[in-house]
Amino acid sequence: MAVLEENYDIVVVGAGHAGCEAALACARLGLETIMFTVSVDSIALMPCNPNIGGSSKGHLVRELDALGGEMGKNIDKTFIQSRMLNESKGPAVHSLRAQADKQDYSRQMRKTLENTDHLTIRQAEVAQILTEDIVGYCDAATDNTSSGTFYPNDEDPAGNSKERKPQKYRISGVTTVSGAIYHTKAVVLATGTYLRARCIFGDVSTYTGPNGLQAANHLTDSLKSHGIEMYRFKTGTPARVDRRSLDFSKMEEQPGDEYIQPFSFSTDPDSVQKKQISCWLTYTNEKTHEIIRQNLDRSPLFSGEIKGTGPRYCPSIEDKVVKFPDKDRHQIFVEPEGLYTNEMYLSGMSSSLPEDVQHAMYKTVPGLEHVKIVRNAYAIEYDCINSLQLMPSLEFKRIEGLFSGGQFNGSSGYEEAAVQGFMAGVNAAMKVLGREPYVLDRSQAYIGVLIDDLVTKENHEPYRMMTSRAEYRLLLRQDNADLRLRSIGHEIGLVSDEEYERTCEKERQIEEEIRRLERTNIGVSSQVQDFLIRHNSTPLKSGITLAELVKRPELDYIMLNELDENRPDLAKDIIEQVNINIKYDGYIRRQKQQVEQFKKLEKKKLDIDFDYSQIKGLRLEAAQKLNQYKPVSIGQASRISGVSPADISVLLVYFEKFGGNRDM
Amino acid sequence: MRTDTIAAIATGLSDSGIGIIRISGPDAFAVIRRIFVKKNGAAPDVTKSHTVQYGFIYVGSNGENAYLAGDDCADPGGDKSKRFPCGEKLDEVLVLVMRGPHSYTGEDTVEIDCHGGVLMMRRILETVLQNGARAAEPGEFTKRAFLNGRIDLSQAEAVIDVINAKNDYALKNSVRQLSGRTSEKIRGLREEILYEIAFIESALDDPEHISLDGYREKLREKLSCMIGQVTSLLDSAEYGRLVSEGIRTVIVGKPNVGKSSLLNVLLGEDRAIVTEIAGTTRDILEEQIQFGDIYLRIVDTAGIRDTEDAVEKIGVARAMDALADADLILYVIDASEALDENDSRIMDMIHGRKAIIVLNKSDLPTTTDSSVITAAAGLQDIPCIAVSAREGTGFDKLRRTVQEMFYEGNVHANDEVLITSLRQKEALSEALESLKKVEESIESGLPEDFYSIDLTDAYTRLGSIIGEAVEDDVVNEIFSRFCMGK
Repeated sequence: MAVLEENYDIVVVGAGHAGCEAALACARLGLETIMFTVSVDSIALMPCNPNIGGSSKGHLVRELDALGGEMGKNIDKTFIQSRMLNESKGPAVHSLRAQADKQDYSRQMRKTLENTDHLTIRQAEVAQILTEDIVGYCDAATDNTSSGTFYPNDEDPAGNSKERKPQKYRISGVTTVSGAIYHTKAVVLATGTYLRARCIFGDVSTYTGPNGLQAANHLTDSLKSHGIEMYRFKTGTPARVDRRSLDFSKMEEQPGDEYIQPFSFSTDPDSVQKKQISCWLTYTNEKTHEIIRQNLDRSPLFSGEIKGTGPRYCPSIEDKVVKFPDKDRHQIFVEPEGLYTNEMYLSGMSSSLPEDVQHAMYKTVPGLEHVKIVRNAYAIEYDCINSLQLMPSLEFKRIEGLFSGGQFNGSSGYEEAAVQGFMAGVNAAMKVLGREPYVLDRSQAYIGVLIDDLVTKENHEPYRMMTSRAEYRLLLRQDNADLRLRSIGHEIGLVSDEEYERTCEKERQIEEEIRRLERTNIGVSSQVQDFLIRHNSTPLKSGITLAELVKRPELDYIMLNELDENRPDLAKDIIEQVNINIKYDGYIRRQKQQVEQFKKLEKKKLDIDFDYSQIKGLRLEAAQKLNQYKPVSIGQASRISGVSPADISVLLVYFEKFGGNRDM
Repeated sequence: MRTDTIAAIATGLSDSGIGIIRISGPDAFAVIRRIFVKKNGAAPDVTKSHTVQYGFIYVGSNGENAYLAGDDCADPGGDKSKRFPCGEKLDEVLVLVMRGPHSYTGEDTVEIDCHGGVLMMRRILETVLQNGARAAEPGEFTKRAFLNGRIDLSQAEAVIDVINAKNDYALKNSVRQLSGRTSEKIRGLREEILYEIAFIESALDDPEHISLDGYREKLREKLSCMIGQVTSLLDSAEYGRLVSEGIRTVIVGKPNVGKSSLLNVLLGEDRAIVTEIAGTTRDILEEQIQFGDIYLRIVDTAGIRDTEDAVEKIGVARAMDALADADLILYVIDASEALDENDSRIMDMIHGRKAIIVLNKSDLPTTTDSSVITAAAGLQDIPCIAVSAREGTGFDKLRRTVQEMFYEGNVHANDEVLITSLRQKEALSEALESLKKVEESIESGLPEDFYSIDLTDAYTRLGSIIGEAVEDDVVNEIFSRFCMGK
């Protein structure tokens, strides 16, 4: 039978936030890239909340931007409100969050993709991955093909796939549902929540992806037949309601910040100062909770109808009411979905209760008494992978050239998806270009923490980024993402020379100014003492440097302008860095020392094919865990639950002898 | 590659007269200069390798540096080359200086040869730890020696064995050494700290749902309570109540042969419950007693016999465990009764171990004497001592025998016990420091996210004492305690 056959350097499956970043990275690096989506109209769709960023997610977006990703630029073009969260707290936890005009976000991203060279967009469902054997045998493939390509059947060919020996493959292409074959050197899977997706509310369930879009029902079988272990996760979304049916006089207005900070380091801050749209805050009450409690038996979550594992951090309203019975109210943020629609998003009230219960419960909330629902709340179940099967480069340990990112990897959130898609795309490109993969570690970026957690820790719910997961967060601030990562983005080839130079210049100016402050002595004079007394600061006994004064909690760099005669005229972002670096010097230095310790073990590389049962003297439990996880470094091994410090000593000694872990 | 400086006792903890404390790492010389003065008042010379110097170890009166040249303790005449110690003279020692790479570990190394004795060695090691070294992990000297190429590669497996053996022992003992109440307190404290971390973190992650208004004041109050608790734990560590050190001695025997009575005589008080009913001691009692300068951690166990009683069964199982870990076994036999199959079971277990057979009830007509025992295979080398717990006779001989066995080196306590207890104390001090740092941060108006950094440090340190890692505790606590957004 004649089928369409084409060749590409890289295939990206999915056009959500992960897929878009992956495809852009690959195409921008000059590789012929094809991106598949079940619907071109759903490119960069935001099927849940209408915002980008927020605590720790904002960090991810800025890091992605510093590396050369698109999300930051795209939200800067399409936001309708912006806020810096946690401003009253330390600089490490400041986090930018912007409300997006969803349709505009999607449209702008599509425009960018469509105008990127080397990038082809195709609307089709990918049904199978095609592979070649690398080592050992494959009993199912031999009678299937003579060309050496393994076309897995939808059904288990020999009926004994579980017995099959662990085996290594190399990716060679994909096929679509129509039978078309796309030969390629690398594939990035970014299927989001579409794999065998099922949407549920009450006793109504449909086999569709988000927003009623077509699900992708074939790929799971093909992946399973390659020995990939699949999980089933669940998430949910609240109702969308008609703005005209709401009474905002009963809610609190939540305006945006007066001064808007852009996400992207490339965006001119002046260009984003614009009129913003407000969000609104209201609360549930006992009446709401009563209705929910009375109808729990009709909730698919509690009846067992939903089997997927849901996230603990964004529980449905019925979950909240059951788990926190003492709370007499829960916050509901009413957020606009865009400028050209009346739809509003009810943040905090996701649910899978039946339609009639949804109507009843929403109507108990002040301001929502006459609410008209446009789209019902629903839960969605989907296939994803056990992400322990991935290396930190996001390549499958057992399938060379197959990479994956986003919710397919068991994460949650647009931002988490985007950064993984980007790294998976970059590393797929590196593979094709014959270059070393890029792996950010836990001391370099939240991206590193996110990916390391995914590939090192047992994960039983959609993984969400949180600041508490980053152990070196004073170093990983959103304000210095460019200083941390621009050089890496430049080396990858996704940050221009000009952008990179700008960051280097910024770094130079920061260092110079810090040095100047450390060297500038302030003598005891009446002007100085007056100043200190005025600011409730202890007067001086003897001379002191300006840097010492900046360190005082009640003072800062800007206030000290008065005493600083030779102060150069510096940009706002440079002043911010100078102030933070001097003020929190003690903590920053401490974390840098911890990082130094951390890096030692990280540098000791391990072979992912090594059999740990060979090491005499390693505890059985440790050997089993190590064989199950196959870490890439002794550092990663040390983070596996069940592997003790003594086991790590044993590994160090063993590999010292056999030379497997020389510093790299 | 930068490493830190470690210290531990290099000899076993026997009272054989000399003990060696080894310090290794880049600061080894700095440490010894802070605590050691030569007989002639000069500072130790660390420029030449493999030299021996004679002098004294000092411990500072404030628990910090023993002295610092040129500072408070300087020669009033202004001669800065001479160092005048302040604080308390601890011990007369020989100090051996070895410059890296010509040392066991390949690093700068100092060995302090001091008078043996558990107490003295402990105090010197503590002084070393207070002056810039940290307690070595199990097998760490050997590991460093290996990684620095000082041990032949072919010895890798032997090195792994050392690490494993020492670590197993440390693991078993780190928790076991703590009294039940201490672990309970630490656990409680950790829970309190974890709650605060989770609260701060949930507010950072979801500032719109969880507010930190007024939290500073609340935390300040809780902190002073936590600091009080850690301080009192540290105080008890000072007096050795946190851990019991010494030779792990286990009293075993069939039920009702007088094990608990024996312990009571040794302790001089009615510590164990003694009744005429066989099987009274159903759990394990543990006490510390002193024979001269030897410490025994003495464990009384349930009588070993076949039993159907569920509770007693557990006691018997624990007795067997205790037996397996013992440095010294006191096997008590009722001399007025004949041996039976339960005795042969116990004899099998003490075969080849360091043990003393105690023939109790020697005031009653004797059925079993030492000739009967020594006839039993393999027990000829074990001393047999007749005592009467009721009349208090024979105990001098028992004490003497224990001391002799110890001095002759037949019995010694594992040095991991002491280093473990010091590691635990170190961890407590560090936890205290971290909690105080939180207090300081509140005072100086630092934002809340800094509190949780130091609270997490304290949480981790306390966990290391009871052998618990951190893993995903914080994230789990956040989700179980606080209702997060969306």
